[in-house]
Amino acid sequence: MSSAASIAFQILQSVFVVLAAPLLMGWVNQCRAWLQNRSAPPLLLPYRALAKLFHKDAVIAHNASPIFRLAPYILFGCMWLAAGIVPVLATDLPFAPAADVIALVAVFALARVFSALAAMDIGTAFGGLGARREMLIGFLAEPAMLMVLFTAAFISGSTQLTTIVETLGHREFAIHPSLAFAAVAFLMVLLAENARIPIDNPATHLELTMIHEAMILEYSARHLALIEWAVAIKLFAYMTIGFALFVPWGIAEAGDWAALPLALAALLAKLALAGAGLALLESQLAKLRLFMAPEFLAAAFLLGVLGILIHFLVRA
Amino acid sequence: MSPTLSLAGQFVNLFAALLLLISFAMLAQRRILTLIHLLAWQGAALAASTLIVAATTGQGHLYFSAALTVLLKVVLIPWVLHRLIDELNVKWDVETLIAIPTTMLVGIGVAIFAFALATPISQMAGTLTRSTLGIALAGVLLSFLMMIVRRKAVAQVIGFLSMENGLFFAATGATYGMPLVVEMGIALDVLVATFIFGIFFFHIREQFDSLDVHHMEKLKED
Repeated sequence: MSSAASIAFQILQSVFVVLAAPLLMGWVNQCRAWLQNRSAPPLLLPYRALAKLFHKDAVIAHNASPIFRLAPYILFGCMWLAAGIVPVLATDLPFAPAADVIALVAVFALARVFSALAAMDIGTAFGGLGARREMLIGFLAEPAMLMVLFTAAFISGSTQLTTIVETLGHREFAIHPSLAFAAVAFLMVLLAENARIPIDNPATHLELTMIHEAMILEYSARHLALIEWAVAIKLFAYMTIGFALFVPWGIAEAGDWAALPLALAALLAKLALAGAGLALLESQLAKLRLFMAPEFLAAAFLLGVLGILIHFLVRA
Repeated sequence: MSPTLSLAGQFVNLFAALLLLISFAMLAQRRILTLIHLLAWQGAALAASTLIVAATTGQGHLYFSAALTVLLKVVLIPWVLHRLIDELNVKWDVETLIAIPTTMLVGIGVAIFAFALATPISQMAGTLTRSTLGIALAGVLLSFLMMIVRRKAVAQVIGFLSMENGLFFAATGATYGMPLVVEMGIALDVLVATFIFGIFFFHIREQFDSLDVHHMEKLKED
């Protein structure tokens, strides 16, 4: 199973995700600028911003504890790990048996806990405020996410993402109402978890409405760069989880070098479409009041549960 | 099962899922105007699934009932309700007794109850639509829930009409529809009920200056 070829695939995929993630961010920003009739920032701007931040000197508050310094690295590590688990280009990765979808959610939760701890560490008002809001969103989004993943797991009979992809990718065509429910729920969770518009505004400059941005106000230079990069990888990972669950076609088997160009082309096409779709959605929607966020996420949870229930009912 | 039959079955399941989704959307909806649109969409989903069942089973009278559904529940009743809320000027947000996320969680519980209740019945049935009985039952119970948690008379009536949709769907799902005479009777009943409710709305508002049915608890003879 863990032959040299599949290990090479694993390394290739992990590096590819980390390197390509800022590109996706740039693409989404560009699409959004076009839709809002602004002149678009260059596609490679996120890379330049990261390079600039890595060259600056970090400013850290006097009362910062080691958690504050450590959190960006943990965040980046968690996201990288997640990128290694999700089948992006190929299934049957040697890394994948280490963690199933439940562990994947736990990896995201670990990152969230550390970013919240780091935000509260300095003791500024905005940090604490952002951390609390983030935990509010997180504890509501997580069950919804798990329900979505369970729906796919029940259909394919496994909680391994790679097995799910193989089962769903090779089945004969059938309408799964449960998967449609799960897809809508997943989209809502994706928006909430990645601090996108109905819940949080990634481009906001108003501290009182911030959630994610409020948590990282104290960070600068390489720490900020790592966090921004981790955010980009998280969006990438979530999108590829979505592809794995709902549009798994075109993915390559591990070690199958011939299928790799096709898989890469399919992935790029899906990402381009999904990024444009995300930008369109963000331009269409208005940010919800924070107190409406539980309602939004309760709806996502509801859809996830309905997906599972309908799966059982229809199969019976 | 032949492939065409199973494809039809899949579509019936899809529309059933849509019906349930619309029931939940109605439960979560705050605006009366959107509630009426949702009711119309629910009727459309119902008609579509009835049509598919009619086409696959060859039950001629189901075509009539699908046509009746479109005419009454997609066109006529929503139109009457539109006129009513225009006359009454009640497009404002619906007040609920309990918070909407809580209502939705209760709704999940209700749906699980209905599914658990229907599963043994479905396993005995051999019809194309056997798996939709639980969804129909859930639709009925969710409409009940909606009537319970809403304060305003208009929203309660929409809940009532949605319950009728659920019952109709249950009839199609369990026995390929009721006899045409019964269906016609129920359809007319619902239509008449809508008109009578309309008259009631005006009376309630005239009496209490509001459509909040809680005022009716105070109704006593001096």
